[in-house]
Amino acid sequence: MSGRAEQSNRSGQPKRSGEVPALALRGVTAGYERRAPVVRDVTLSIAEGEAVALLGPSGCGKSTLARVAALLHRPYAGTVTIGGETARGWRHRAPREQRTAVGVVFQQPRMSADPKLTLGALLTEPLRACGRGVEARRLGAELAREVGLDEELLGRRPHEVSDGQLQRACLARALVLRPRVLVCDEMTGMLDASTTAALVAVVERYRWRSGAALLAVGHDRGLLRRWCDRTLDFESAGGMTDSGSGGLRLRRAKDRPLKGAEHARTPRPPDTTTPAS
Amino acid sequence: MAGPQATQAAEATQATGAPWASRSGAVPHRPGRRALRVGVSAGVMAIVLAAVLLVPLLIPADPQDVRLDEKLQAPSWEHPFGTDRLGRDLLLRCVYGLRVSLLVGLVAALVATVLGTAIGAAAGALGGRADRLMMRLVDVFSAVPHLLLGIFIVAMFRPGVWPVVLSVGLTHWLSTARIVRAEVLSLRSRPYIDAAISGGASRTRVAVRHLVPGVLPQAVLAGVLMVPHAIWHESALSFLGLGIPAHQPSLGSLTEAARGSLLAGDWWPTLFPGLFIIIPTLAIAGLAGAWRERLNPRRRSELML
Repeated sequence: MSGRAEQSNRSGQPKRSGEVPALALRGVTAGYERRAPVVRDVTLSIAEGEAVALLGPSGCGKSTLARVAALLHRPYAGTVTIGGETARGWRHRAPREQRTAVGVVFQQPRMSADPKLTLGALLTEPLRACGRGVEARRLGAELAREVGLDEELLGRRPHEVSDGQLQRACLARALVLRPRVLVCDEMTGMLDASTTAALVAVVERYRWRSGAALLAVGHDRGLLRRWCDRTLDFESAGGMTDSGSGGLRLRRAKDRPLKGAEHARTPRPPDTTTPAS
Repeated sequence: MAGPQATQAAEATQATGAPWASRSGAVPHRPGRRALRVGVSAGVMAIVLAAVLLVPLLIPADPQDVRLDEKLQAPSWEHPFGTDRLGRDLLLRCVYGLRVSLLVGLVAALVATVLGTAIGAAAGALGGRADRLMMRLVDVFSAVPHLLLGIFIVAMFRPGVWPVVLSVGLTHWLSTARIVRAEVLSLRSRPYIDAAISGGASRTRVAVRHLVPGVLPQAVLAGVLMVPHAIWHESALSFLGLGIPAHQPSLGSLTEAARGSLLAGDWWPTLFPGLFIIIPTLAIAGLAGAWRERLNPRRRSELML
């Protein structure tokens, strides 16, 4: 238990010092209306190479939390630390290296793909945005193969491909800059079982190779339990039912040993089992 | 070269199917009427463009050619539109006037659209304080009657084509800026903008790569719908004697010069320039309207003049 980096809220620093978490959120309060934040005072930390699932009913704020973690939504309070470095800004104000250290895959591929770009341009767009356009052709082809997109599909536009194919391209786009943390915001919510399995396998292969951390958001308990090392439950809507706690809070789900070897597992960093101090 | 406008319109109508032919049956259904409108508009525009581009090349006659012995002649075979007070051929002058008006209309609409798109996109993409400041600026500009502002701008320069272009262009970007800003705001909250930011795109890159291409169809449509308006505006300025220099034929100055002879019962020097203003602008508006219906079929198009 003490080896876990996750904390319930308001309990301060990770218990295990000496290890830099890949992603740490401290005291995050965020939402769309200052008086009624959706997420209140959440603390969460994900170790290098760890996969954490965030479960909860819709509208409970888990996607908001994912957006905060990806530096896309400015919280009212709290800090986000990526690879030991605390974020100083949000959206465009965040330094490019910090923004690109977190890859994001959204729930709806239709909405998260620019309808004007071909799939090939779509998945290499981050390279061009970061001034690495020369590598676009090579890395694009490589990634397309990795996520299982045919060469022929790369010339098509989003409206000419299926949701599953588009989500593959969106996943490739999230991986093209080799992020240290991958945030999957209900990535498989709109997909069929076989595409879901394929995409999860792609994510796991990438994590196996790079040792990236994963924050997977969703409400498919079965999938996320099998996929991730740890699952965290958002309690059902706070404020009304749980006024004493002052709104929503994160609760530790039952710890769960991983069963089956269906997915390639990421090796835990060596010091996770032996506390450093 | 070009016959009277009424005949041209009739010819174009016949080419696409006569409207009276369907009257015997039920009420004509909408797609047919739309196709008819597009056909007529396209036909009129083709004739207008051919006249404007070819007449100065093929017919050597000078529109300034004064013949006092032939003044104020009614339309005849020799002068299909008649002649004006100084005996100048009105058909030739109308074609040259339309040439100037179309040029001014196109360039001014282009200036207005580029300016409006740039300001609208900047306001929408930047958001916050910059957006509010820019939109208040737009409000201030639209509070001033734009013809008055246009006269003010024209008055600062010597008479000529370019001051008129500037005057119309600088006073007509407001609506385009509003349209573009609204579109950009709706695009800005899409997840693909989030994805671009997460991929390291700068503000400029997001605007240039994702936002402006998304609003371009709307902006171009607004620009095309602006062309008739700009033509009317140019004619209004010339009619007031502030636009194109008096010796150069322009549809506005032709109408203005003919005002006196209207009271004497000579109808042709005002009628034909007037038709030359109305018919091409309606044709452009008809084409743009059809395009708008294709872009956004739910909203019925109306003329924007």
